[in-house]
Amino acid sequence: MEPFALLSLIIFLPTLGAIGLTVFDKKAEESMRMFALAITAATFGLTLFLLGQFDIAQGGMQLQVNIPWVPTWNINYQLGVDGISMPLVLLTSLISMLGMMASWSIKEKVRGYLILFLLLETGMLGVFMSLDFFLFYVFWEVMLLPMYFLIGVWGGPRREYAAIKFFLYTLAGSVLMLIAMLMLYFGSGESTLTGGQNIFDLLKLGEIAKAGEFSSGTQVVAFILLFIGFAIKLPAFPFHTWLPDAHVEAPTPISMILAGVLLKMGGYGIIRIAMPICPYGAQYAAYALVALGVFSIIYGAFAAMAQTDFKRLVAYSSVSHMGYVLIGMAVWKINEATGATVNPNHWQMGMAGAMFQMLGHGISSAGMFFMVGVLYDRVHHRDLNKFGGIMQKMPFYSGLAVVIFFAGLGLPGLCGFIGEVFVVLSTWNFSPLLAVIAASGVILTAGYILWTIQRVYLGPEYKGPHPEDLTPINGRETAIALVLVVFAVLMGVFPYQMGLKMMTPSIENLTQSMSTGYETVHEAGSEIISMSQP
Amino acid sequence: MSVPDLLNHVLHTDLPRSVQIFAPELVLCGTIIALLLVRMFDAHRWFPTSWVALLGTLAAFVGVFAQFMYMKTGGEHESLKGMFHFWGLTADGVGTSGPYFTGLLTHDSFGVFFRIGLLLFLILIEALTILTGIPDQDDGQDFYTLLIGSTLGMLMACGVNNLLMLFVAIEMMSVPSYVMVGFLKGRKLSSEAAFKYVVYGAGIAGVMLYGVSLLSGVLGTLAFPELGSRFALLMGDSAFSLSNPTAVATILGIMLVLVGVAFKLSLVPFHFWCPDAFEGASAEVAGFLSVASKAGAFALLIRFALAFQGTSPAVQTLCLVFGLALGVVSCLSMTFGNLAAYTQTNLKRLLAYSTIAHAGYMVMAVAAMMVILSGSGDRNMAAACVSGLIYYIAVYLFMNLTAFAVVAFIRNETFREDIESYNGLATGGAVTKIISVCLLIAFVSLVGLPPLAGFFGKFAIFSSAFRAGSVHWFLWVVLGLGGLNTVFSLFYYLRVLRAVFILPPADETKTVELPSMVGAYVVLITLPILALGMTSFMGDLDATAVDVARQLFHI
Repeated sequence: MEPFALLSLIIFLPTLGAIGLTVFDKKAEESMRMFALAITAATFGLTLFLLGQFDIAQGGMQLQVNIPWVPTWNINYQLGVDGISMPLVLLTSLISMLGMMASWSIKEKVRGYLILFLLLETGMLGVFMSLDFFLFYVFWEVMLLPMYFLIGVWGGPRREYAAIKFFLYTLAGSVLMLIAMLMLYFGSGESTLTGGQNIFDLLKLGEIAKAGEFSSGTQVVAFILLFIGFAIKLPAFPFHTWLPDAHVEAPTPISMILAGVLLKMGGYGIIRIAMPICPYGAQYAAYALVALGVFSIIYGAFAAMAQTDFKRLVAYSSVSHMGYVLIGMAVWKINEATGATVNPNHWQMGMAGAMFQMLGHGISSAGMFFMVGVLYDRVHHRDLNKFGGIMQKMPFYSGLAVVIFFAGLGLPGLCGFIGEVFVVLSTWNFSPLLAVIAASGVILTAGYILWTIQRVYLGPEYKGPHPEDLTPINGRETAIALVLVVFAVLMGVFPYQMGLKMMTPSIENLTQSMSTGYETVHEAGSEIISMSQP
Repeated sequence: MSVPDLLNHVLHTDLPRSVQIFAPELVLCGTIIALLLVRMFDAHRWFPTSWVALLGTLAAFVGVFAQFMYMKTGGEHESLKGMFHFWGLTADGVGTSGPYFTGLLTHDSFGVFFRIGLLLFLILIEALTILTGIPDQDDGQDFYTLLIGSTLGMLMACGVNNLLMLFVAIEMMSVPSYVMVGFLKGRKLSSEAAFKYVVYGAGIAGVMLYGVSLLSGVLGTLAFPELGSRFALLMGDSAFSLSNPTAVATILGIMLVLVGVAFKLSLVPFHFWCPDAFEGASAEVAGFLSVASKAGAFALLIRFALAFQGTSPAVQTLCLVFGLALGVVSCLSMTFGNLAAYTQTNLKRLLAYSTIAHAGYMVMAVAAMMVILSGSGDRNMAAACVSGLIYYIAVYLFMNLTAFAVVAFIRNETFREDIESYNGLATGGAVTKIISVCLLIAFVSLVGLPPLAGFFGKFAIFSSAFRAGSVHWFLWVVLGLGGLNTVFSLFYYLRVLRAVFILPPADETKTVELPSMVGAYVVLITLPILALGMTSFMGDLDATAVDVARQLFHI
């Protein structure tokens, strides 16, 4: 299949499905669900097909599509995948399919729910595949409205508050991103590489940055603006306060999507846009980013420990886990005198760790939210102090849940381990002190996860209301849980085959381009200094 | 030139050209007369006045469209040859841009483009009034006479080339609208709104006239093309300062004229009439006022602003002051409009404040244009500001029309316009569901979220402010405030959407049912919001806007 047809189909098949849903009869809820599930499954199948077309050994952008959209502004419909976006595309379509399977618990206004869900999937896939900044921004914003309604209509008791908070936070970040976008767009017109044209092409902008043609001031300001925009989504302290509310109030499948995919967009945005286009800004802020990441880890872990609401605990664990992503990307050490990168291998390892952590967290956090949802559907409460003894009532479910929670903990052999260990190891090269603090976060993580398992699954008996409703999990739920568990184990045992192999060439490209970009700007800067000093 | 020569020129060269260009407006004048005649002979029982108005407007629209195509293709378009011939278009007439009616008005593709937009809007508004049944059969001729009369003023505003015409155009568009606001006879709120509007408008007219006389007194001319050069001549080599009487008098004159324009644009601090007038008027009239008079006034503002350009330092400083003043007004309008909209309970009042805020966004483009002209004088960049504004206005037309149309249709069913009455609207019948989604699209586009058209308009305006920021930093402040206001505005638009989609209806048994024609109309005016936000039509409209704007700057 042509790349244009394939990539467009992957992005817009869910939209077509959403349109198709409008013709169903109002009463035929079951067939609407099956139809929507078939659409997400087909999308997953298409992304697998895309993987088949994808050459893992190559580091560059593949299967590119570039069609003019608004020629007066040089805005293009430009798509493509590389080793960084490909795994995230797969993760997105997988989690969407699983989330759709988990959506049988939605009983009201089913049609509207399914339509919004599918539109959301289009937005998510579009973000990971677009190579045009404007197009990226469009897809980024497309997700907001469906998410607002998915939380606001189908959420928990404080849903409206949570939904508007999510919306306002993300929109504020987007506005900053928009201003950075304008800076880079008009900045690109002054570069020799574009021939005086202003462009939105992310690859071209990266080349301009590599050639050092964005001034250091532009890079620093643009990086900070972009970083805040993405950090809100990531979320990193102090921009994380929307997350516990949104996650807690959202219905289970939406929590899975939020934690499994939406948070990854923050990380992806930093690695795809903020860092390659503003390498000088990234280096300028590197220490602050790592420190912020370390703080997020510790803060998130302590906050998680203090929760009594099961879902809120999982939500704060996401804040903690995404801290590793931030650290891994930013452990970029340079020689202050020459501007050359010190030990690029360590930085690449950190990047790989950050990417793998995103994938691993996508599986484990979606799994954790699903496990909480299974319990909530039965007993309709999430108070950690009113559980206990679930292991005896629902042994199979509890076994799967414990595996998922251990994956979240970062137990070796499961998906959470590789990312954390890569990140912590690479941090040692950057700053031993921060590495020690980050590593100690693992203990806190183990603390709250083990404590949770003890309070919920172990213990003599169930202490909460509706004990009679604790029925064994059904086939649909088992299927979702099993898929997640299998992925958690596979990614833990075969990290190289399941992701690292695909990412490595792209990460090498990225780090080299950023190092070159930084050095050029650094040299230009030191020349100016040496000229001004007679 | 001797008197006979002059007369010859006027009668044989200027008049035929002017009539050719002005023909669509003359058709509208004819329509007004036809409306009155139809009513006089009681023919409106078998041929409703609304259809007379609609047909007349359609004819005028075709006329302006022919002019536009003629200018674009140079009269070479094969399939449109017949139309060019029918309207008698010639290369010396419509084909040549420049002043007509002895310099009172000017003709270029910028003006023609705005006239197309206004007439298209008039057609859509007339279709809306036919669907909603306001005015009733016996009042039709009055209503449409006023509507078309007001539009005539706006059409003239698009080509203003003389201070006197500026005053005439603004009054021509205002006076009928005073009556239209009070058209719902017997409603106290309506009469009160009309009264406030007319008193305010009369005061403003006086102020503006004073500004016009001041400017003409100081500069010794009323013609736009000469204002800038006269000012440069008078200033000579002296620096621009507030101790210079010429500079002070000119600035004062400009400010007073701007008061009149700001009143039409409902910019803070001349916005007080707007919420009251919108609340009192019917939704159809409010929609007309919020879009059409704004489009006309912006065309006029751009022409007036461009009258003061030149290369001498004094004129450039004047440009900068002009631009910064507009920037301040833009900040005030955006912020005030958005914040005041929070507490509104009446949807039309909320939309009035939203209109104020959007006027603030739009005037940002004019401010950016003036600031750019004052600095580097890069005319391409200045043209980009105008093309962004054109895109925004084109999109704004559909967004606001959709919003007001939905208000009008829902009012016909529930007889209420407060936000509470929209609770659970989306649970209604199929057509109600569809127009709820259309309302959603319009509102989200008003916030400026992609992939809807409002985003691209806002993006274009923000980018012009960004570029102007490199000439004077204040425009970056304006841009930052604009971004912040986008976030503010989300809140109150979502409040309405929350009522429609999330809250349960007050009375489960009484759902709102609407006729399917209504649904078709609303979908028709919503589609452009989608098309201009995510299809290649964006590129087409923007390319046209750029062409049109470049003509304005003679590039």
